[in-house]
Amino acid sequence: MGIIEASKLAFDYLKTDEEGKVESRSRAIDEVDLDIKEGDFVAILGHNGSGKSTLAKHINAILLPTEGTLYVDGKDTRDESKLWEIRQTAGMVFQNPDNQIIGTIVDEDVGFGPENMGVPQQEIWQRVEDSLKKVGMWEYRSHSPNKLSGGQKQRIAIAGVVAMRPKCIVLDEPTAMLDPNGRREVIRTVQELNRQEHVTVLLITHYMEEVIEADKVIVMDQGKIVMQGTPREVFSHVDELKGYRLDVPQATLVAYELQKAGLPLPDGILSNEELVQELTRLIRQ
Amino acid sequence: MSIQIEHLNYIYSAGTAFERQALTDINLDLPDGQFIGMIGHTGSGKSTLIQHLNGLLKPTSGRVLYNGTDIFADGFDLRRLRSKVGLVFQYPEHQLFETDVFTDVCFGPKNLGLAKEEIEARALKALQQVGLKEKYYKMSPFELSGGQKRRAAIAGILAMEPEILVLDEPTAGLDPKGRDDILNQVAKLHQERKITVVLVSHSMEDIARYVERIIVLNHGSVLFDDTPREVFCHYQELEKVGLAAPQVTYLVHELREKGWDLPAEVTTVDEAAQAILASFRQSHQSQQEA
Repeated sequence: MGIIEASKLAFDYLKTDEEGKVESRSRAIDEVDLDIKEGDFVAILGHNGSGKSTLAKHINAILLPTEGTLYVDGKDTRDESKLWEIRQTAGMVFQNPDNQIIGTIVDEDVGFGPENMGVPQQEIWQRVEDSLKKVGMWEYRSHSPNKLSGGQKQRIAIAGVVAMRPKCIVLDEPTAMLDPNGRREVIRTVQELNRQEHVTVLLITHYMEEVIEADKVIVMDQGKIVMQGTPREVFSHVDELKGYRLDVPQATLVAYELQKAGLPLPDGILSNEELVQELTRLIRQ
Repeated sequence: MSIQIEHLNYIYSAGTAFERQALTDINLDLPDGQFIGMIGHTGSGKSTLIQHLNGLLKPTSGRVLYNGTDIFADGFDLRRLRSKVGLVFQYPEHQLFETDVFTDVCFGPKNLGLAKEEIEARALKALQQVGLKEKYYKMSPFELSGGQKRRAAIAGILAMEPEILVLDEPTAGLDPKGRDDILNQVAKLHQERKITVVLVSHSMEDIARYVERIIVLNHGSVLFDDTPREVFCHYQELEKVGLAAPQVTYLVHELREKGWDLPAEVTTVDEAAQAILASFRQSHQSQQEA
């Protein structure tokens, strides 16, 4: 059984009038089936309003299914008695770093989560140290978060989640507000957590280059899963992705243009390295 | 309609323990009708600099000249300047507040003291310019999607008919199609109305695709000010200051290292594909001849 399992998961946003009567409902997630294995790195793509964030919010029970079920590490998210266990299993990191940092000193901020879980004092400090080291921010432990760059703030936010020792981290566009360096820092941190600590990662993003190393890519449109597979499989369908308002990495796009012009390149080239390799092979023929 | 910045310095919280120099000796000339990109790491001073362009911030020393006149000179009409230099902040949709989209877009021109017909005509035009469909005009701004809200907010600035449009990360958080739509519309506006556009962005790919000039800020100073081709040739220096070149520029450099005959200053996907194709055909031909 996977760590995240959804079966015919559906969610409606309700619009109510002043008396609380339902005026209209709009379906944000439509019969989604998911099976994510522990330790996987899964990327979710989709245009604004496709249901990605709504789905993400189900995973730590901020939202509950209107229909269907969602199991996180074997626990039904509708079971209120399991709420805190579920939230410890799946931590969330959001887009805006300034909205999720509350401590005035970096290490206090990171300690906030475990403190709320009732972790003993000594262990809190141990966890703070561990998680700050994991995101490469230990040397900033006594800094004020508001003096840090965007990428550093996001890594603090990630450390705050890591300190709660979740099996799974859901990141909802964590790099949307960052400069290129900040984006690299955050993605590298997330990849390391996945590879070294075997934390399951769900990454929502609009930057296609960030997902080429994922185990699996899921594409959502109008609340449904419309494509899924390895990055290579998904990015082979350039036109289909564009139809879903998405994009492909620039290397894939260059390869696609070259293919159209008649160069016999294979489908699904993901990175500069691969394209260079294939082109070198071609020219030697 | 031009702006000159002369020896501009800006210090936050001057004279306190939190004093911090945000901008150091900035000299820039923003002539008519350019499409300018501005890049720099977080905290490099981009947002501080653009707030000087319409007098929201006053230089600690140095001057900002609008058509040759110091904007902080006695008797200068800052209010009029602000209708000429339109600033679209990050996440402008957070500033939507009216009951419906149309009224919100009318807010700017209304404050210029225009007649009702003129206000509505401008709002309508601005909404069309950002490509927002009519069915949204009477809806609450909060019922729109992220991309639509962003457009409504940009329309609010366009309705003031600015001669300089400054956009601070207008596409952060938008999906690729929404990003292309907004930037294409800005480019169209630039072409049709010949307005100056300053685009602040963290996406080197977007910058490479649209602008004719790039200003690179690093720790409050101008590091480069040149065409995209020239600026992105310095990709190693850009990396040192937290930036990068577009991905295709790296691709071309890797191929060059393998002996491909390609120009070094490629910055867009189309340029890369064409250059690779040309080089490929050429070497193929010479192979056959041999």
